[in-house]
Amino acid sequence: MIITDICIVGAGPVGLFSVFEAGLLKMRCHLVDALPQIGGQLSEIYPQKPIYDIPGYPTINAQELVDNLRKQIDTFSPTFTLGERVQTIDRQEDKSFIVTTSEHTQIHCKVIVIAGGLGCFEPRKPAVEKLEEFEGKGVAYMVKDPELFRNKEIVLAGGGDSALDWTIFLSDIAKKVTLVHRGETFRGAPDSAEKVFHLAEQGKINLVLKSNVTKIDGNGCLNEVVIEGSDNIPYSISADYLIPLFGLSPKLGPIADWGLNVEKSAIQVNTFDYSTNIEGIYAIGDINTYPGKLKLILCGFHEAALMCQSAFKHVYPDQRLSFKYTTVNGVNGF
Amino acid sequence: MESQLIHFKVEDRNGEIRELDIPDDMSLSLMEALKANEYNIMATCGGMALCATCHVQVLEGLDRLPPMQDAEIDMLDTLPDAGFDSRLACQLRIDSTLSGVFIKIRGEEE
Ligand SMILES: Cc1cc2nc3c(=O)[nH]c(=O)nc-3n(C[C@H](O)[C@H](O)[C@H](O)COP(=O)(O)OP(=O)(O)OC[C@H]3O[C@@H](n4cnc5c(N)ncnc54)[C@H](O)[C@@H]3O)c2cc1C
Ligand code: FES
Repeated sequence: MIITDICIVGAGPVGLFSVFEAGLLKMRCHLVDALPQIGGQLSEIYPQKPIYDIPGYPTINAQELVDNLRKQIDTFSPTFTLGERVQTIDRQEDKSFIVTTSEHTQIHCKVIVIAGGLGCFEPRKPAVEKLEEFEGKGVAYMVKDPELFRNKEIVLAGGGDSALDWTIFLSDIAKKVTLVHRGETFRGAPDSAEKVFHLAEQGKINLVLKSNVTKIDGNGCLNEVVIEGSDNIPYSISADYLIPLFGLSPKLGPIADWGLNVEKSAIQVNTFDYSTNIEGIYAIGDINTYPGKLKLILCGFHEAALMCQSAFKHVYPDQRLSFKYTTVNGVNGF
Repeated sequence: MESQLIHFKVEDRNGEIRELDIPDDMSLSLMEALKANEYNIMATCGGMALCATCHVQVLEGLDRLPPMQDAEIDMLDTLPDAGFDSRLACQLRIDSTLSGVFIKIRGEEE
């Protein structure tokens, strides 16, 4: 079990900056994020876009801001669990919490800070008959362990960069790779598109354009994928795996089941300290709501600072907090 | 130039159809106009063709709309349920090209 003072749910910009504010008050943090990388919306949706309203930066690229936040908090040695969703939180008798993830990682903490943004990024699912029935039994929305696909027959669906990249990658490993794309051309990185066309010409992959996967079937495990082209005549091919790759979209997810006051997919908080209706649980950044709420990075940073002043009471109940500027003592890491 | 009201039809996710008149001098996108008229559209990216939550299907008047830029085509390519008549509402301006069109809201709900 991981033991820490504060467990932060969500490693977006607001979760990351919370580590700094907490560190100044000698509170240790562990962050959990469903995505395999830190940075939340900034890394996932707009890494290369310039942001103009971060105080002190006339302009900064989203990914650069994430990298800088990471550097800024390094001194407080935060620990991370990435690629796992926080599933449940259990309150203990001594008022501490045990946080459990989708992969059964457990974190024991005194305070929970929910910085979950718009929620968990989850794969968009195409309208394919019986898709959900075969999830985990041949349908996968991401390639976690490529070895799983060695010598298998795989169908990928999608036309974006990740569909192209995985088609190229898996063509070396799998027995047979079929890429099904609705369009005729690929808009993704031109290099990857060219490579995919080249692999198809060489007969190394099977490229099916202007078509959709409409149905799948199998006997316990997936073994058949039905494809329909513009002639609307369905035909089936054999397959061990179907990997639909249509990007990610955020969904509130498990946060809705934790007994918090939720209004329109956001957690209601007290603006005094961004506490929720459950003692010891705070919500900051895009995930919270209060009169006048603005979903801005700088607002989330402000919320993080106030939240930490209040969280201190749960972490060090016997100590008094004295407010100090960073200019006075500098930053003393641990 | 005087402001004009652009008239078009919208079908929501429940199949309810409404007619809207939106002034063309407020430099609104279709996504912003729909939001202002209480349609539930997430618009996570705020209109940058980066989230596709403002996906609409153009039932009438598709050929009159201005052509798509690369960013819009790229984004629509990632959507599982996009068709030849799909557009991103944030990439369409409220101007005469929208006059008389009929759109259906497709993007995910908030
Ligand atoms: C295209 C675009 C442009 C933007 N431009 C600006 C701008 O110019 N200026 C500005 O201030 N803001 C801008 N924003 C908004 C800004 O990105 C958000 O305000 C900011 O990302 C909020 O940060 P956050 O840390 O609260 O949440 P997020 O960045 O959303 O991060 C939340 C994280 O929590 C994780 N998570 C959620 N639930 C769970 C769970 N149960 N278990 C594990 N992990 C979980 C998610 O995977 C995610 O990584 C923009 C947003 C977009 C999409
Ligand atoms: S609002 Fe995000 S793509 Fe249109």
